[in-house]
Amino acid sequence: MRWLFLKDLQILRRSPLVTVLLVLYPVAIAVLIGFALSRGPEKPRVAFLNEVPAGAPLVLGGAQFDLTGAKSELCSRLDCVPVSSEAQARQMVESGDALAALILPPDLVTRLESLGGLNPTQPTVRVLVNEEDPVKAGLVNDRIDSLVTQANLRISKEVSRISASYLTLLTRGGTFNLLGQTLDILGLRSSERILRGVRSELPADSSMGGALDKVIQFARLASQNLDQAQPLLTSIAHPIEVQKEVVSGSPPSLDAFAIAVAATVTLMFVTVLLVAGSLALEWEENAYPRLVRGLVGRTALLAEKVGLGVALSLAVTLLMLAGLSLFVDIHWGRLPAIVAAVLAGGAAFAAFGAAIGASAREVRASSLLAFMISLPIAFVSLVESGTVSPGLFDVIKVIRAVFPFDAALDAISGGLDASGPALGLPLLHLAILVVAYGLVARLALRRLA
Amino acid sequence: MSAQANGEVVIETRGLAKRFGERQALKGVSFEAHRGELLAIIGPNGAGKTTLLSILAGIREPDGGSVSRPPGEIGWVPQQAALYRRLTVAENLRLFARLEGLSNADAAVEEMLEQTALGERRDDQVGTLSGGNQQRINIALGLLSRPAVLLLDEPSAGLDPRQRERLWEFVLALAGGGTTVIFSTHNIAEAERYGQRLLVLADGDALFDGTSGDLHAAAPEAGGRDFEQAFVAFLRDRGH
Ligand SMILES: Nc1ncnc2c1ncn2[C@@H]1O[C@H](COP(=O)(O)OP(=O)(O)OP(=O)(O)O)[C@@H](O)[C@H]1O
Ligand SMILES: [Mg+2]
Repeated sequence: MRWLFLKDLQILRRSPLVTVLLVLYPVAIAVLIGFALSRGPEKPRVAFLNEVPAGAPLVLGGAQFDLTGAKSELCSRLDCVPVSSEAQARQMVESGDALAALILPPDLVTRLESLGGLNPTQPTVRVLVNEEDPVKAGLVNDRIDSLVTQANLRISKEVSRISASYLTLLTRGGTFNLLGQTLDILGLRSSERILRGVRSELPADSSMGGALDKVIQFARLASQNLDQAQPLLTSIAHPIEVQKEVVSGSPPSLDAFAIAVAATVTLMFVTVLLVAGSLALEWEENAYPRLVRGLVGRTALLAEKVGLGVALSLAVTLLMLAGLSLFVDIHWGRLPAIVAAVLAGGAAFAAFGAAIGASAREVRASSLLAFMISLPIAFVSLVESGTVSPGLFDVIKVIRAVFPFDAALDAISGGLDASGPALGLPLLHLAILVVAYGLVARLALRRLA
Repeated sequence: MSAQANGEVVIETRGLAKRFGERQALKGVSFEAHRGELLAIIGPNGAGKTTLLSILAGIREPDGGSVSRPPGEIGWVPQQAALYRRLTVAENLRLFARLEGLSNADAAVEEMLEQTALGERRDDQVGTLSGGNQQRINIALGLLSRPAVLLLDEPSAGLDPRQRERLWEFVLALAGGGTTVIFSTHNIAEAERYGQRLLVLADGDALFDGTSGDLHAAAPEAGGRDFEQAFVAFLRDRGH
């Protein structure tokens, strides 16, 4: 088996066309996807619904904030399309007219202002995204995240300033406005002074009542204020909460998904074509009968071809990922998971290719067959729910389960990205497909002319 | 040459039948071959010679009848060269020597390069060799394992006279050492010269099994004709 393996490598090395296929193809895919990822559309279109009552000024800790300024800042980074209702915003996102909708609810200003008071309620902005297309969704998420982060930074500075003034009040004393009443706050320092005075005058048997009342009142207020400090401090961390609503779908993040598609497509074509072609070549060179006459078992021959496909596709896919890492971040720390996913996917594609090669027994026919089957399956596996009728989608689900593309895509997404799909199930799925297609190929080999 | 009469039977078929769809390629062929015997299979195109040899080799399954083979290797040289065209001459020989599990693959390669006189083309890819030179390597591969029975399907086709002579020298030496050689050929003179026994196939039937002298005698108007003419007359007489 080892000798057959070396023989196949030698034959590959001497076939210029195959070299082109194995090296240039993945590099070309890597460069294409790399460019597609690093450029992207400049300004994503976003539907913008401002429900905040017109002319409501935002006053925070005595300072006035300019909401129109925030809006123009937002729209300088996104292509804002003002809309008048949530229904309209939703419709634009669903139809794909806008990548997302940003909704500022009516109580945004009141809630923002509450951050400066003792009863803070967290302000919320709402985002509707259509994540069917992870590439676009990723863009919108990035822009909105960075905007909200900036806004949060400014607000938390302000809130910190207010919190500091409360602390000053508690320690030094002063006046405090609560529900229209002006309260005199003694402050810890004055309390200390008073208590010292009370102590020095202690021998006199008379009135310490008034001063003690003040101390008691202060103690009560101080504890109340400290209670309020807790929610105040949380609001500093994330003053505005983004309530994101995914209109449909929940795919992995942009880069990981695009890279996974590129890697899976490369893995599929390289492995299926290589294994199908290499097995069919044994017939074209008339070598097959000579081999299986006691030199190599049929199962061993299959194992050799699958091994060849797995080894080469691993090398080619890693080469492609290395090429892509010039454009995007690849978490090389996850290399063992990536390798496991590529190995399992490669083995399933190899077994699939072996089934094709053993049935066709001709290099040209099997290459054609490999292309004709693989390409539509890859497309079908990228079809998202809702874009076709439910009945057709059921058929697509069966195709996805039966052919290795979908499972390999899941495995590789999971391998590349910790937040992607879990690896276990796709790996098990692929293992089952390896056995199933291995059996199909083995049965095809049994067919004696 | 009466060695075969006493030699033990090493390979034997009984009523072998094989059909490809509607076409009956073999219609019940029975024969036996003895140790050290040279058996020639002759007959027109499409007679079933290749089919018979590939059933003996275990490449094809018969639809009917039985084959009894000796234990161990049966060497097989197919009609169409079974070689990797992208590998060099030496690489092809070495690969199959290793797959055969020969203890000294390199020595076997050198021996076969010597035998085929292709030593100076050893590093050329087989695809760049002439048809006859490819056939030489094809034969060499069948000889690598030194089998007890050697099946040669038109081994001399495409070889030049010098190479044909080398081939038969080698084959005769093998037979002298006890190897049973069954070969098919369209070269009737070759069959007459090297075949100790002839098996005539036509349309899947075994028409004749015996020596060339017997065949000559069985042909009508035998006198004065050469063996090839006698053979053609024999076939015509039997309706082929
Ligand atoms: N794989 C096949 N499929 C269908 N028919 C076949 C196949 N192989 C052989 N045959 C048919 O079986 C018959 C015998 O073929 P075979 O190759 O054994 O003839 P042959 O005696 O070797 O001929 P030749 O002298 O031309 O080599 C022919 O009629 C041929 O068409
Ligand atoms: Mg033939």
